[in-house]
Amino acid sequence: MKVLSIDTSNYVLGIGLLDGETVLGEYISNIKKNHSVRVMPAIQTLMEECNIKPGDLSKIVVAEGPGSYTGVRIGVTVAKTMAWTLKIPLSGVSSLEVAAASSGRYFDGYVSPFFDARRGQIYTGLYKFENQKLQIVKDDQLVMSADWVKTLNEMDSRILFTSNDLKLHEDVIKEELGDKAVLAAVTEQNPRPAELALLGRDKEAVDLHTFVPNYIRLAEAEANWLKAQETKK
Amino acid sequence: MTKDQLIMGIETSCDETAIAIVKNGREILANVVASQIESHKRFGGVVPEIASRHHVEQITLVLEEALAQANVDVKDLDAIAVTEGPGLVGALLIGVNAAKALAFANGIPLIGVHHIAGHIYANRLVTEMNFPLLSLVVSGGHTELVYMKEHGHFEVIGETRDDAAGEAYDKVARTLHLPYPGGPHIDRLAHEGKATIDLPRAWLEDGSYDFSFSGLKSAVINVVHNAQQRGEEIVPEELAASFQESVIDVLVTKTQRAVKEYGVKQVLLAGGVAANKGLREKLSTDFADSDVEIVIPPLSLCTDNAAMIAAAGSILYEKGQRADLTLNGNPGLEITIHNESRK
Ligand SMILES: [Zn+2]
Repeated sequence: MKVLSIDTSNYVLGIGLLDGETVLGEYISNIKKNHSVRVMPAIQTLMEECNIKPGDLSKIVVAEGPGSYTGVRIGVTVAKTMAWTLKIPLSGVSSLEVAAASSGRYFDGYVSPFFDARRGQIYTGLYKFENQKLQIVKDDQLVMSADWVKTLNEMDSRILFTSNDLKLHEDVIKEELGDKAVLAAVTEQNPRPAELALLGRDKEAVDLHTFVPNYIRLAEAEANWLKAQETKK
Repeated sequence: MTKDQLIMGIETSCDETAIAIVKNGREILANVVASQIESHKRFGGVVPEIASRHHVEQITLVLEEALAQANVDVKDLDAIAVTEGPGLVGALLIGVNAAKALAFANGIPLIGVHHIAGHIYANRLVTEMNFPLLSLVVSGGHTELVYMKEHGHFEVIGETRDDAAGEAYDKVARTLHLPYPGGPHIDRLAHEGKATIDLPRAWLEDGSYDFSFSGLKSAVINVVHNAQQRGEEIVPEELAASFQESVIDVLVTKTQRAVKEYGVKQVLLAGGVAANKGLREKLSTDFADSDVEIVIPPLSLCTDNAAMIAAAGSILYEKGQRADLTLNGNPGLEITIHNESRK
């Protein structure tokens, strides 16, 4: 079973190839460069290096968000189109779940991966490894980091924070949680495409045509329109 | 017997998710358009983020329908042609990345197409092109006169310096409280009224083929405003007719002048505003006695579609133009990129 994984949901561009229980290869970069230009060449290069042809693939897994709206759409579009034309199943995995799996596998406690969402907000969720399996404790959400850490202070064990945006929220985290908070090392902050492939391999396939990114948020115009409809009533 | 050439076109530059399959550059085997207009009507215009979201929802459905209609397998395609720009960047990216994924997964050549080259080539789905020719491109985002000496070679001899004709239509429609999109409503009202209101025509400097519609738009708003202050009724039919007459007068007069100067054999109407009845009629009657052939595509090929992208892609494919997997959506793409050989 050969699985291709694609993550373009944030600054990290991640491509992974899994063959059965072997991680054949990974491509990861963490730079502010255009995913639209780079994602297909990255897939092509990795597949050629690993001697895998498109027809050899048996599943595609994509990071479904949250993250940059445009970024996540690029990965989802590529994944949907490839899975459709190759007639193979597609699974979507939360981008936060991938981040949690990438640094929290041997951590005894909760894992809070997050992506900065500007103006003090973060996309985050709460996860925990139990018997080597990643469990979700609190759903992915958009929240002020200051409010999030207050909620986490009520938890009963230590919390591992992992993010490429740790610096931006480090003070807020430390101030509220002190030693209860553990910060992931820089080498563990990039979501790993091999973890994405592994998580998605065992997930049920989605309905390909109706599959869309998990934006968490409505488009601004849509939200305003709904609000206007409400006040009309 | 030579093998038939099959090109897939993909177009997602604005609010239409469109995929088509065209045989030998001229015969439409499938032309599927999933319009989002009902969704954007709520906002009185296209919202880019919402357009992008709809494209992701539609892309594989439209792909499947196009191939089923054409009864063609992806493997049979000679190339995939996709709108590279101009347009809404987030929307373009969906078509471009779907096209790249398809091209890679199936080992099929990829071609990037300029949206306006597509609009012009919609005409080749109606009749063969006869060079040199002139194309009048009028749409929501464009008003251009494009000269072509041969296939795949584009020279913009005039373009709008401010609003596109389509934008002016939408703004005037809003002033008259007509629903979005306003163009067809203005066109309809114009046919029910007489052009009684004196409105300006922007000819610009002598010999220029450029256009300008912002002055006209402001004049219309002034007429409505002044009437309101004097407590007078504006007859919408008369205002629409007067506005439309001014737009068409400038478009057709400049086209006629360019036809003479460049000695063209054909005039091709292109773009969404080419659906305008007033413009079609005026062009047809004014050129009725000339040797110049006027080509006006059916409405379904004037508005955004992917058959036109496939038709342009067919010629670019023959010219050897290819894109690689770094192809990107480019909102500011120039049509002249096709004049250089891109391999
Ligand atoms: Zn158009």
